[in-house]
Amino acid sequence: MRSFLLARGNSAFADRIFHWLMVLCALSIFAIMLLILAELMLRSSMAWHALHFKFFFKAYFDPVTGLPNYWDPVNGHFSALPFVYGTVVSSLLSLLLAVPLAIGVAVFITEMCPGALRGPLSFITELLAAIPSIVYGLWAVFVLVPLMREYVNPALIQLLGWTGLFSDENPTGLGFTTAAVILAIMILPIISSLTREVMTAVPHSQREAVLALGATRWEMIRMGVLRNARIGIVGAVILGLGRALGETMAVTMVIGNAPEIHRSLLSNGYSMASVIANEFTEAVSDLHRSALIEIGLALFIVTIIVNALAQLLVWAVTRGAPARVN
Amino acid sequence: MKVGENNLRAKLRTLTDGAVTALAILATLLVVTPLVAIFGYLVYKGASSLNLAFFTQIPKPVGVAGGGMANAILGSVILLAVASALGVPIGIGGGIFLAEFGRGSRLAHAIRFTADVLNGVPSIVMGLAAYSLIVVTQGHFSALAGGVALGIMMVPTVTRTTEEMLMMVPHSVREAALALGVPNWRSVLSITVRTASPGIITGCMLAFARVAGETAPLIFTALGNSFWSTSLNQPIAALPLQIWLYAQSAYDDWHRLAWAGALVLIALIVLAVSLVRFVTSRGVLKGAS
Amino acid sequence: MGVGIEVTNLNAWYGTNHTLQDINLNIPANHATALIGPSGCGKSTFVRCLNRMHETNPIARVTGLVRIGELDIYKDAKPVEIRRRVGMVFQRPNPFPTMSIYDNVAAGLKLNGYTSRRALDEIVERSLKDSALWDEVKDDLKKKSGASLSGGQQQRLCIARALAVDPEVLLMDEPASALDPVSTSKIEDLIFQLKSQYTIVIVTHNMQQAARVAEKTGFFLNGRMVEFDSTHKIFTNPSDKRTEDYITGRFG
Repeated sequence: MRSFLLARGNSAFADRIFHWLMVLCALSIFAIMLLILAELMLRSSMAWHALHFKFFFKAYFDPVTGLPNYWDPVNGHFSALPFVYGTVVSSLLSLLLAVPLAIGVAVFITEMCPGALRGPLSFITELLAAIPSIVYGLWAVFVLVPLMREYVNPALIQLLGWTGLFSDENPTGLGFTTAAVILAIMILPIISSLTREVMTAVPHSQREAVLALGATRWEMIRMGVLRNARIGIVGAVILGLGRALGETMAVTMVIGNAPEIHRSLLSNGYSMASVIANEFTEAVSDLHRSALIEIGLALFIVTIIVNALAQLLVWAVTRGAPARVN
Repeated sequence: MKVGENNLRAKLRTLTDGAVTALAILATLLVVTPLVAIFGYLVYKGASSLNLAFFTQIPKPVGVAGGGMANAILGSVILLAVASALGVPIGIGGGIFLAEFGRGSRLAHAIRFTADVLNGVPSIVMGLAAYSLIVVTQGHFSALAGGVALGIMMVPTVTRTTEEMLMMVPHSVREAALALGVPNWRSVLSITVRTASPGIITGCMLAFARVAGETAPLIFTALGNSFWSTSLNQPIAALPLQIWLYAQSAYDDWHRLAWAGALVLIALIVLAVSLVRFVTSRGVLKGAS
Repeated sequence: MGVGIEVTNLNAWYGTNHTLQDINLNIPANHATALIGPSGCGKSTFVRCLNRMHETNPIARVTGLVRIGELDIYKDAKPVEIRRRVGMVFQRPNPFPTMSIYDNVAAGLKLNGYTSRRALDEIVERSLKDSALWDEVKDDLKKKSGASLSGGQQQRLCIARALAVDPEVLLMDEPASALDPVSTSKIEDLIFQLKSQYTIVIVTHNMQQAARVAEKTGFFLNGRMVEFDSTHKIFTNPSDKRTEDYITGRFG
């Protein structure tokens, strides 16, 4: 036995090959990032050269009606303005709806909830996060849209019509608001579980210090936990924003698919991801396709920046340990 | 300071505490309700449409009752096989690097960060990249392009979950292997990875379930197909794509099939999430001290 | 048969921490040598320098000469090769959790490419007998996992695993400190029986243990080796005052 083992050699060669193989695999992450960037830039160059930056805010006007006509592929008018508007409006509105609820849930699960409920509740949150977009979209089309149309939208028009943001021109139940609602449901689990993570990362000593001063439970949460975790919570919210910006299928099915800009939050609209999903396979020209890819490139860059920012903020509190499957 | 004032302040604080608690409970209920609603509705609508024909037949022509999504299920399986062949080995390799070779190094930090950021990129962008890389080059839509789009989505996810699972293997196990004079590559593969393998496998399952439900990246890569197809060089049907197509249609029959398909997807997700929870709650290592 | 270990001017660092300073000693072959000293004095680091495990830490550094038999382990061979000749048993038992008892003992051989079934069976049996575990596990070799044994059994399993590769030197870093008294005395009996076949170096916190099993003892303090002599002399008539203080319990 001794002689057998002594003759085995030192496997330095095999070790080195293995090491480099693993390095290559890891570097593939960078490669993927660069690949996406390169391919998108390549295919959008046609649109870029034709339209440059005006692509994102130019408005064409229909000579007959005088109304703005942003996106008319047949006539070669390409302005991404309505899609940017739609993406921003639906995402911000969804944040408005989701963030208070998400933080409320996180606070409840982390600080208030009886231990036995914690497991099932976090399981439910995890499930919610994992449901595919198309399933959310399906449910939204057949359940949410009629709900909005019959009950919620009329109520909004009655109560908030005075703001000028809710008009009754769109009776379909589709539109920005509906999209915002389904988006809120979708991003809520992510914001909530990340908020829970940063809240749990706050050391117990902080909580105890505040309690020892005679604080109520809410005061302890506010001063001992939320204050310390607020950077991370901001990060969680931004991460939710990032997800909302890029959400495709559910939004496509309920936003109304109208490349227009209206003040009313109940009107039909369009998002950047939705127009790509709807029009790409039937693009009327190479320029059309290139314009769509340019929208995709813009979406890519924006979500990268938003997500990078969010990650940095969350890491600042949790020291960057666990992996999050979004 | 008057005593009455103190009492008022104290009462206000207690009231606020109670109000906030109530709000938090309300928020939780508002969150749990959609899930229960969605699940319940899906099971209700989907279960009644789920029959043997769903799994064995391809779609019937418009207006003809019956039919199923068998070709879409097969298509999804093929797409996922391609995706896994690409995503799993590279992802696990990346995870091994992060946990075993690069720990603490700046390169590992950058890779981890980039992987997390990539996880947040919209899936439709992945589809565009695969379109540009493969569909344009080949001149036609294909299952290969769809599989690649899904595969590059799997890589960052699998990398991070593999890393997480490997980090849970206690240092003492690695030391024991090294002290026996086992070569490093053998120690990593046969000891460390093997110890963490339940966790690694379920991490892959989670990535698998996630891309199984993705629609957007397939719209202009795999494109979809109304018939049986197993070729990698042709458009292929996929479950989420089919659901989308049918949901947008005007036919009740097709709506029915869409619900059934959604139920199948949900079942897969529930299975994967539950399994991951089960494995990680038992700990990656059975009985290791 | 074991071999002697010759250590000359050994220095070791963890980053900027100079953990071992100018260690010189000769460990005799086929004897048990104990290393005693207070926590943090460097005895574990020293032992890890003998099988080049110290350098698995990226900020670790070693200078000096360590000769095992006729081999300069830092110049004449790679770490992997050294570790097949110098076995190690750790403070906390660390059997491979996903492997059976049989696979645990055979691990050092199988992972180095040895596959002959019958020979492996023999070696596993012999190693388990040498580590006094055979009778307790012989019916469950392949069915029970290594991690399902009790603490004392796990440690004996680790000893069997180390013995299976037929090393010349066996290093034991406080092998019984995590075990109950009954298991501890079993391990001590084991060392007594093994030392005629191997060179054993045992780090221990427990002076009585050193007195029981070892012929020679070295006393470490603050990274230096203060005294190295026969166990009897160290414990009855030490030459250095610091040794005497430690033995009599004035500190430690």
